[in-house]
Amino acid sequence: MTRRFSWFNATSLTLGFAFLYLPMVILVIYSFNASRLVTVWAGFSTKWYGELLRNEAFLKAAWVTLKVALLSSTLATVLGTMAAYALVRAGRFPGRTLFSGMIYAPLVMPEVITGLSLLLLFIAIGLDRGVLTIVLAHTTFSMCYVSVVVSARLVSFDRSLEEAALDLGCTPFDAFRSVTLPIIAPAVISGWLLAFTLSLDDLVIASFTAGPSSTTLPIKIFSAVRLGVSPEINALSSILILIVTVGVVSAALVSKRTILRREAEARKARRQ
Amino acid sequence: MSIRRIAIVAIPYLWLLALFLVPFAIVVKISLSDAALAIPPYVPTLDLSAGLEGVKEFFAGLDFENFVFLTEDELYWRAYLSSLKIALLSTALTLLVGYPIAYGMSRAPSEWRPTLMMLVILPFWTSFLIRVYAWIGILSNEGFLNQLLLWSGLITEPLTLLNTNFAVYVGIVYTYLPFMILPIYATLEKLDESLLEAAEDLGCSRLSSFWTVTLPLSRPGVIAGCFLVFIPAIGEFVIPSLLGGSETLMIGKVLWEEFFSNRDWPVASAVAVILLLVLVIPIILFQRNEQKQQEADQ
Amino acid sequence: MSPDAAQQDTSQQASREFAPWNDPEERPLIRFLSVTKKFGEFTAIDDLTLDIYRREFFALLGPSGCGKTTLMRMLAGFEAPTGGTILLDGQDIVPVPPNRRPVNMMFQSYALFPHLSVRDNIAFGLKRSRMSREAIEERVAEMLRLTRLERFATRKPHQISGGQRQRVALARSLAKAPKLLLLDEPLGALDKKLRQETQFELMDIQERTGTTFVIVTHDQEEAMTVASRVAVMDEGRIVQVATPAEIYESPNSVYVADFIGDVNLIEGTARPKGENRVEIDWAEGQPPLIAASQERLAPGTRVHFAIRPEKVAISSERPAQAANAFRGRVHDIAYLGNISTYHVMLENGHLIMAQTANSRRISRRGFSWEDTVWLSWTDSAGVVLTR
Repeated sequence: MTRRFSWFNATSLTLGFAFLYLPMVILVIYSFNASRLVTVWAGFSTKWYGELLRNEAFLKAAWVTLKVALLSSTLATVLGTMAAYALVRAGRFPGRTLFSGMIYAPLVMPEVITGLSLLLLFIAIGLDRGVLTIVLAHTTFSMCYVSVVVSARLVSFDRSLEEAALDLGCTPFDAFRSVTLPIIAPAVISGWLLAFTLSLDDLVIASFTAGPSSTTLPIKIFSAVRLGVSPEINALSSILILIVTVGVVSAALVSKRTILRREAEARKARRQ
Repeated sequence: MSIRRIAIVAIPYLWLLALFLVPFAIVVKISLSDAALAIPPYVPTLDLSAGLEGVKEFFAGLDFENFVFLTEDELYWRAYLSSLKIALLSTALTLLVGYPIAYGMSRAPSEWRPTLMMLVILPFWTSFLIRVYAWIGILSNEGFLNQLLLWSGLITEPLTLLNTNFAVYVGIVYTYLPFMILPIYATLEKLDESLLEAAEDLGCSRLSSFWTVTLPLSRPGVIAGCFLVFIPAIGEFVIPSLLGGSETLMIGKVLWEEFFSNRDWPVASAVAVILLLVLVIPIILFQRNEQKQQEADQ
Repeated sequence: MSPDAAQQDTSQQASREFAPWNDPEERPLIRFLSVTKKFGEFTAIDDLTLDIYRREFFALLGPSGCGKTTLMRMLAGFEAPTGGTILLDGQDIVPVPPNRRPVNMMFQSYALFPHLSVRDNIAFGLKRSRMSREAIEERVAEMLRLTRLERFATRKPHQISGGQRQRVALARSLAKAPKLLLLDEPLGALDKKLRQETQFELMDIQERTGTTFVIVTHDQEEAMTVASRVAVMDEGRIVQVATPAEIYESPNSVYVADFIGDVNLIEGTARPKGENRVEIDWAEGQPPLIAASQERLAPGTRVHFAIRPEKVAISSERPAQAANAFRGRVHDIAYLGNISTYHVMLENGHLIMAQTANSRRISRRGFSWEDTVWLSWTDSAGVVLTR
């Protein structure tokens, strides 16, 4: 259906997206400001990016964050996919209601509570706070997101595909590996990306579970920002925004191309 | 059931038991304990090596003192109420801002919709902290907005915008907007165009067919969106602590301060338990709504 | 005669000769022995016993929820019976998991693996057996030839049409040369014309490969066309098992008569009259129905008389030599092109359908609305049913 924008819709969309994007645009523009006074424009400069690269505390925090995000998102993807499979495919098992409750609860649990409760656990069992504790914490809450994403795919997945694999001689494990996994792979990958970003972004839970030597980037940013606006943070934010934008836009383009190609092929198949 | 099948259920199950349920049980337990100048700073601790006596002593040491304390101290009452008020008001504001955007998206030419959709999702992948931080530069006394207003001659003195409740509302609306837009858009997009044509055919004006057809049919999306904003907004910590001022009382921030500044673990735990109790009602309502939706879809 | 009709004719001839169920020497391939399946409180299959023979094309026919799919899924191994045994070639297959059964299934949704090409879909099952690479390739090529899919071997399922997908599914399930092939509504997703073509293709492939086929369908025409025998099911039980012709001509119950094709059903009281004859009193002031009956009926038995519309003759005068003749008024005419169905209201208000072939153009059609006509049939045209 081809339709044009009515003036009302065009206005609401323009204003809405301006509201969503202007703050970030301003942030990026001011990261190129020569002045330390972030709000006074004193000419174009990239010096804050240079400063940022020389700031070892930031670089170290960035490394810790990346390490935590990689580890926890991978672990969360494995556990979350298993959990999704258990929820959608394993039928009834004792304590299923509790299990699904524990999958959905962390999604709505305030971060302060999740952080506090995990910290109290780590203290109770005498686990020193560090990279390991953050990874455990991040895995726990992001596996729930992964399992929601993957189980949505599993639910819409034609069950007879797995039965066909069994019928053709696969063992259940073989059927999972050679049929289910390749088909749900896009959902597993987006689950991983979601877990990765959640871990990169998280401030509250990391603040509770990080030790003094394992400061993550959000913790670092938070403590810098509390003192007010700083041009290095602007530069850092701009870099992160750039990475996310490139990632999301290219993912959207790739999926759009796949959809277009599939539609063309389906049209061709119908004509035959 | 084969061993592999059991493992698929058991591994994530045990993980969540150990790292979600047990920690929460510890929070409840500590909320019933007394503060102490020790490490960990509470008594009693469960000493299993003392056998049955230890367990007895442990249970004898538990009481509701901290909860009584919370009810007696006005600060906590006000913090809970003000969290609810801020969450409610900002949910309403998000709805007002989000609905027209979702509506505009659903009525946009179909080749535009994937792009618009991506534009709504993009901020969601961008760091929450950075999006809140962006507003500090805009709202501060020498910030972008004040400069713009001074330059335009609308004001002569900079307005105090940062560190006020106003800034908190702006921050919540801004960061949670995609959560409002997406479910509303999902219901509006499914809306059968011929229903509107039928309404107009039966004598409705454009506006009245919106009121009598579109709006009621988008209700499930509106309800879902409101819950998705309201529930996390109650426990919000980052926004009030970066954009809010001393007048801004939110329970997430109180909990944080009890724990990190006052180091009163039992009170912090009690605050957490009550916060969760406050959240239980909207969460259950939300689940009901989702279930009803799923049944309606089938 | 069209080539399709010719093919149908020969295959029906073949099936007339092929009747292992009448041969006491023949051992059945599949035996269901008092099989019961319960889902919680619901009984899907109720104490069912059934034999299916080698090389049969066996159709399970019934409305949705009658248990036909459950029966098939028990053969595939996706459901286990609650009670009873299922023998395949004399061996109890209940404890055998689906991947170890010499049984393959063609799924209603086709269940083609979307991430694999047509070739890899067909090879999927073969790769799970201990077969050499060359043997697999050869077998896949053979299957592609059999289903005329050579040109599409490298395509993915979404790149081919619905009819081609159906053939891939068939090739994939036949590739392992199963002892038994199960087809779950195999043609349900195809449009009518393609469905008819495919039915003959299926029969052809079944004959050439010599595989035993069990097909589940709710489409009676499909079952009648393809099957050597049809089992009509209702509420977890088998109502009748017989060849398509027997099912149509001599249904054993009102349920079967009503389920297959159009039928006039007249309820009445039986009055036996000599050897193999029965008179049925069915309405005040109307002469009794005269029918042949093999069964010895006690006088006063409540019975249903079932007669197909095409066996009812329609005429303007009372036919001289008809066992049954009734006068009525044309109430409605359904013109279907090749045939017309007349709904005739008898004098007591009873509606009877009569069908005539339109061998002449419409302008010569004999009867119009409100015409007074006579309906007649011989004493052996219908059947007397006691249940």
